[in-house]
Amino acid sequence: MNSKVKMVFTYILLGVATVISVFPLLWMVIAATNKSVDVIAGKLTIGSFIVENYKNLVAQQPLWSSFLNSCKYTVLVTVFALIVSALAGYAFEIYRDKAKERIYGVVLMSMMIPFVALMVPLFRMYSKLGLLNSAIGFMLPSLATPLLIMMFRTNAKAFPVDIIEAARIDGLSEFGIFFKMYIPSMKSIFAAAGVVTFMNAWNNYLWAKVIMSDNTTQTMPMLISNLISGYVTDYGMLMLAVLITTIPTAIVFFALQKNFVEGITGSVK
Amino acid sequence: MRGKQNAVGWLFLTPAILLICAFSLYPMISALITSFRTGTGTSMSFAGLSNYIRCFQDDVFIQSLKNCVFYLIIQVPIMLVLALVLASALNNPKLKGRGFFRTAIFLPCATSLVAYAIIFRSLFATDGFVNLIAVKLGILDSAYNFLSHPTSARIVIIVALIWRWTGYNMVFYLAGLQNIEYSVYEAAKIDGASALQTFFKITVPLLKPTILMTAIMSTNGTLQLFDESMNLTHGGPGNASITMSHYIYNMSFKGVPNFGYTSAMSFIILIMVAILAFVQMKVGDERE
Repeated sequence: MNSKVKMVFTYILLGVATVISVFPLLWMVIAATNKSVDVIAGKLTIGSFIVENYKNLVAQQPLWSSFLNSCKYTVLVTVFALIVSALAGYAFEIYRDKAKERIYGVVLMSMMIPFVALMVPLFRMYSKLGLLNSAIGFMLPSLATPLLIMMFRTNAKAFPVDIIEAARIDGLSEFGIFFKMYIPSMKSIFAAAGVVTFMNAWNNYLWAKVIMSDNTTQTMPMLISNLISGYVTDYGMLMLAVLITTIPTAIVFFALQKNFVEGITGSVK
Repeated sequence: MRGKQNAVGWLFLTPAILLICAFSLYPMISALITSFRTGTGTSMSFAGLSNYIRCFQDDVFIQSLKNCVFYLIIQVPIMLVLALVLASALNNPKLKGRGFFRTAIFLPCATSLVAYAIIFRSLFATDGFVNLIAVKLGILDSAYNFLSHPTSARIVIIVALIWRWTGYNMVFYLAGLQNIEYSVYEAAKIDGASALQTFFKITVPLLKPTILMTAIMSTNGTLQLFDESMNLTHGGPGNASITMSHYIYNMSFKGVPNFGYTSAMSFIILIMVAILAFVQMKVGDERE
């Protein structure tokens, strides 16, 4: 095959892949602005029904309280998961000894446990402790993530020991070293880990569905899932809700794509 | 001094260790114990292996197991090959618009799992866009209800999964390909290697560790599928496309739950995940 033909073939392949990847999302955005009957008729231009769809949506579901719940849970999970995991990853590397290595082995193993195996015991534990329908209960299981701990440990290896020794001689406390020297020098890893945690927390559906039965505590994935339970689907309204659910992750995706890629590929090196 | 540092080290680890013990290890052990017990609520008694035996006499559980295996052996290879092909296409430095193509193909990862499941449910509905186009182009005579036929419902799930995750895996391969000098490819070209030869003799062997890792992640993910089964097909028609996690969820939280039985089912998934990951790692080691 000569190289010109090969190039053309490459462009066609990537072009088709691009169209297939983008089309469902584009269709979602267009559908959100159209009346359900127009969506069914296959209308592929932006319509003027978005306000109507919005009114129908807020009449049926507590849109903004669900949206705020999702924002609140996601931001808090991201902040605390980063602190907990960064502290642990740092400690496993900088203060390593035999006992800690053993625990690290257990942490890595716990990565293999499928969530579905934990869901029933956690639900029973929560009903005993009265944590069902609570924000804190929703967040607790997501705060110590083995994958993040591993990522922070791998990156702590690049933090020079000399600097730590020098800082100790200068009288900086261990906490000071962590907060004033380690964290500022590891901004990119915090960004990468933060984006991945944000995405996962926003998407967390199964756990929310298990413990949140009250629609004042429900999250966006639950809200859109509730919208398809009826027999007749209002596509315009449904896609508007899907669009609103997608906006925060899409913003993060476009603004921090590089960090996102670093986060998903860096965690497994 | 050493002692103080050691104490600080343990202090730093305390939150993570407590959380992992309380929300991973304790529930896992609790699930294991519960899986040998039967009954409802607080009146549970020792039941030996009966819950595990029941799993393999439960037609729906076997169906859900078969479905997950079906998704695994069809979807994962197609997706990984596609991701590899797209990554090697994007790796050509002469290509214009690489950033654009990469972002576009990676874009499905910006959607949440429930969101894309609902988009695909709508696209493949009887009155959905796919039917509309297929009828217009004459591929179908009349609208086909994809979600109410077992095989087509499963295929829609597979199509959706491929859409959502191909770009994700492609990103891993692109990162891996960056570690291979492009001059290797130039040299192969000068030596007269065809595109296929280059792909199988250079790209695949050099990316082997990455391929193995993505295969493990995908296997793990497929055995735990929930959001798609729940929202795209509702597990249906009947239970024809239900996944194991979805069935366990239904059995645990709809109607009167028998937590002993659902714990046994969840432990079977745990064992499968562990065995498959172990096998894949062994296979990877031997080929080194």
